[in-house]
Amino acid sequence: MEIPSQLRYSHEHEWVAVEDNIATIGITDYAQEQLGDVVYVELPEVGTQITKDEAFGVVESVKAVSDIYAPVSGTVTEVNVDLPDSPETINEDPYGDAWMIRVEMSDPTELDDLMTAAEYKKFLEEQEKDEE
Amino acid sequence: MKRTPLYQAHRALGARLIEFSGWEMPLQYKSIVAEHRAVRTGVGLFDLSHMGEIELRGPQALAVCQELLVSDVARLQLGQAQYSVLCYPHGGIVDDVIVYRIAGDRYLFCVNAANSEHDYDWMRAHNHGRAELINRSDEYALIAIQGPRAAATLQRLTPLDLMQLRRYWCVTGEVGGIPTLVARTGYTGEDGFELFVSLHHSVPLWQACLDAGRQEGIVPVGLGARDTLRLEAGYLLYGNDIDAQTTPLEAGLQRLVRFDKPAFLGREALLRQQQSGVSRQLVAVRLHDPGVPRRGYALWSGDRVVGHVTSGTLSPCLGTGIALGYVPPSYTAVGTPLAVEIRGRHAQGQVVTRPFYHTH
Repeated sequence: MEIPSQLRYSHEHEWVAVEDNIATIGITDYAQEQLGDVVYVELPEVGTQITKDEAFGVVESVKAVSDIYAPVSGTVTEVNVDLPDSPETINEDPYGDAWMIRVEMSDPTELDDLMTAAEYKKFLEEQEKDEE
Repeated sequence: MKRTPLYQAHRALGARLIEFSGWEMPLQYKSIVAEHRAVRTGVGLFDLSHMGEIELRGPQALAVCQELLVSDVARLQLGQAQYSVLCYPHGGIVDDVIVYRIAGDRYLFCVNAANSEHDYDWMRAHNHGRAELINRSDEYALIAIQGPRAAATLQRLTPLDLMQLRRYWCVTGEVGGIPTLVARTGYTGEDGFELFVSLHHSVPLWQACLDAGRQEGIVPVGLGARDTLRLEAGYLLYGNDIDAQTTPLEAGLQRLVRFDKPAFLGREALLRQQQSGVSRQLVAVRLHDPGVPRRGYALWSGDRVVGHVTSGTLSPCLGTGIALGYVPPSYTAVGTPLAVEIRGRHAQGQVVTRPFYHTH
């Protein structure tokens, strides 16, 4: 399970990469593995306002539909338009080519609610334990 | 939850397990899409030991089969099989089954896991002690080997001449030295075999198949790909596409129903429905807009909801959404535009013929 150290993580298994006031958002390696083969992705358009903890998109695997939740609030400035045509990228490269949107954050203090890589790793371990 | 004898083998292969009809079964091993493709292009191996097997035997067995099933079982020759349904008197479907004539007066029903107890009770209630009725679900394991390379793989394990075994026929013989009922049947739309084997022989048979298929790139296949494969092939799933509230005439299974044979359960109701016409019919819809149709989604014609999806998926081989559902007969002609409502959006498609995907 890959958990890059430079990223921040949400409890809903999104990752965030921050550069200045721009947050790049995707879903984690753990999330893609749980989903299985991703066959469909629905992303918002540039200019859409997204709100922390509210769904901004949808990923569908063969078996299930899952919402993707905004880890931060803000305005969508860029969308990975290649992703809907090759949703399998989410399984292959969740932290790289499968980035989903870039957001200009309206409240960067929201980042404080996100987990570090070490915290997310611990969170996953606890989740696994709960399942057993 | 019940487990098949192959449970440990599935765990060792890294399967993700789910509950299905009271059984703990593999959903997938590595990837549903990869397993699906392996069956379309090479060969895949399935543990279907959750399926039920019920046998009717004795001089009255044929007469009982004729009463229980809508099809003409008298047409079965020794070693032949047929797909059929059992109906309630009101015409609704009790279960869909494959019935194998495994000896002169022995008929083996392969039934859905979720229905096997109910089917057995149903058969007993209508047998009236005439035939010997045996629930063999706890005696048999069932392993399916499916795909264009299935025959080549299986042939390495058996002295039986598989070239001589036609589709929907079965034969008893040894596979990997294990006594097996080998049937050329399946639920994938591909060539393939279903192997009925004694429960305690299932682990060595499973392993023998994996070993024999190594050079063909054989992969174990879970229930996830089983569902996408059967849907591409246009096969129905009991509990989704057919149930006690649907009749074989509505479900597009009228070819099975033989009104010209002796009386059977559901005959009068089905005859009435055939004369008056059905009010809804199963259709196959293929989307040209992006989107994944799923069970329960509304089917639209223009600005009207005309039915609902009973099974849907994104076809791994076609790359488009495919769905089955019921609509009034006026919307069933091939080419009729129908849309599937997906999260408030209408994904456009049209009625197509089954199967969705034509195999080699």
